Amino acid sequence: MTRTTRLDGFGFIAPLLVLMVVAFNAPIVYMLGLAFWEKGRGFTLEHYEGLAEAPVYLRVLGNTMRIALIATIANVVIGYPLAHWMRGLGRRGRMIAVALVVLPFWVSILVRTYAWIVVLGNGGLVNRALQWSGLTDAPVSFLYNELGVTIGMANVLLPFLVLPLFAAMIRIDDRLLQAAASLGAPPRTIFWKVYFPLTLPALAAGALLVFILCLGFYVTPAILGGGRVPMISNLLDTLINQIPRWEQASAISTLLLIVTLAIFAAYRRIDRKASA
Amino acid sequence: MSDIRLEGVTKRYGTFAAADQVDLSVTQGEFVTILGPSGSGKTTLLSLIAGLNRPTSGRIFIGGRDVTNATAQERNIGLVFQSYALFPHMTVLENVLFPLGVRKIGGAEADRLARDALKLVRLDGLEARRPSQLSGGQQQRVALARAVVFKPDILLLDEPLGALDRKLREELQVELKQLQRTLGVTTLLVTHDQEEALSLSDRIMVLDKGRTQQVAAPAEAYLKPANRFVAEFLGIANFVDLPDGRNGVVRPERVRFTAEGQGRPARVVEAIYLGQMVRYHLALDGNQSVVAAVPFLGTAHAPGERVSVSWESADVWPVT
Repeated sequence: MTRTTRLDGFGFIAPLLVLMVVAFNAPIVYMLGLAFWEKGRGFTLEHYEGLAEAPVYLRVLGNTMRIALIATIANVVIGYPLAHWMRGLGRRGRMIAVALVVLPFWVSILVRTYAWIVVLGNGGLVNRALQWSGLTDAPVSFLYNELGVTIGMANVLLPFLVLPLFAAMIRIDDRLLQAAASLGAPPRTIFWKVYFPLTLPALAAGALLVFILCLGFYVTPAILGGGRVPMISNLLDTLINQIPRWEQASAISTLLLIVTLAIFAAYRRIDRKASA
Repeated sequence: MSDIRLEGVTKRYGTFAAADQVDLSVTQGEFVTILGPSGSGKTTLLSLIAGLNRPTSGRIFIGGRDVTNATAQERNIGLVFQSYALFPHMTVLENVLFPLGVRKIGGAEADRLARDALKLVRLDGLEARRPSQLSGGQQQRVALARAVVFKPDILLLDEPLGALDRKLREELQVELKQLQRTLGVTTLLVTHDQEEALSLSDRIMVLDKGRTQQVAAPAEAYLKPANRFVAEFLGIANFVDLPDGRNGVVRPERVRFTAEGQGRPARVVEAIYLGQMVRYHLALDGNQSVVAAVPFLGTAHAPGERVSVSWESADVWPVT
């Protein structure tokens, strides 16, 4: 085997390629096309006009963005200090901490989400603790509202932020921080002028990743929102499984895809800068 | 007045002493090198002086001030790491401006000081580059400029040329020496490279297993080593028996070839051509080996050849 061309080995990947095109790409194209097609009439933009006319759709989209943003911010506020704390641990401590962060990945998302019902419900751990400590008399409702959905999503997505951030943090050479100290910088300056800027690309990339994942989240809003917190994927579920209005669903999906791709493009730019 | 003074400085990690009762006094403007093999505690000593680490016992004075318990920030020291430790997210100019910003020096004055420092290390014109766009030698110069721009009381260099190739290292040695003389800044350099230590320093401190072996001028340390370790660590040492039963050390360039019959007969084991010199590994009769270094003048002895060598008794320095 001395001569290899681009086509060598094509036979090996062809089955996978066919599977991808037939089972994955073609349906997406078909789905995107649905919104532009009306039976018997041909090409139409009617379904997009429908989107603009019925404010409920845009409201749901806006609502989804807002919840995603809050969940992302919550993730950053919790995840950054956590990753920073993990960096300061010893070898063994780091391994244990990473394992604990990754552990939820191995538990089904359904199980984890239902677990939150046990924790956050009216008779749940949190409410009982609050009442016992005398902070509140009546139970606080965490479930079936935006608060519950946000808590659940922040929990599920935390590893996606913490792991890349932690990886970036342990790459920072301690000698950089020592050099900054020897040049006369107090700890606060070292953090804001040296440490934080070096973690910023990973933080931004991680946050965008979490945000994108939040946009398309279905299980957590469906269960912890109890149908009372409309997010875009739940809306799609309704349009496809209950009302059957596939054309409308297709138009919304297209919109969501465009928003996601735009954010992903931003993510790639930042990520490339980070690894440069 | 001494600028840096160490009094019985000791650093223990458990039962292991990385630095053991080290005393040192460096005067204003002096260039002193701490020389030792890896694990000798030389970097530990530097980090103690820089304030990145605290000694277990002993005292450290800089400019007459007791800084034993002062933080690195409070010591006003210019520190250069072997890894350069440049801030990768800042340009060359921003790196050099950093210590000035910390000292609340800003605006036109900071800019002038930073550009002067960059000119001093011949990097003017590269202000807008990122460290990743510079060669190793250029990065090291930025690190130097950053370490001297704020007029530190002392300059500490941790194997500053270790990561560079030989030719560049020799060039930078000359520049470093000139820079130090121009600024007149008291300088402490840490290295395992004995050539670097001999060529740069006013005085050398040889360290082994955390203990001081000798503090002396380069020539004195080389020709009059305090003990066997110093003799062997600084260049090549020939150990010969003295009439009084002690051991003495002769340096290879003091060994001369003589006419047959005068001096001691020997056999050439290996002849190594070094450019301006040839180094001969010789076996004396009686199974003793000796290394001789002589200028290469066109002819050389071949391995296996019988020769005679001798040395002046004045060139033998007794060691224990």
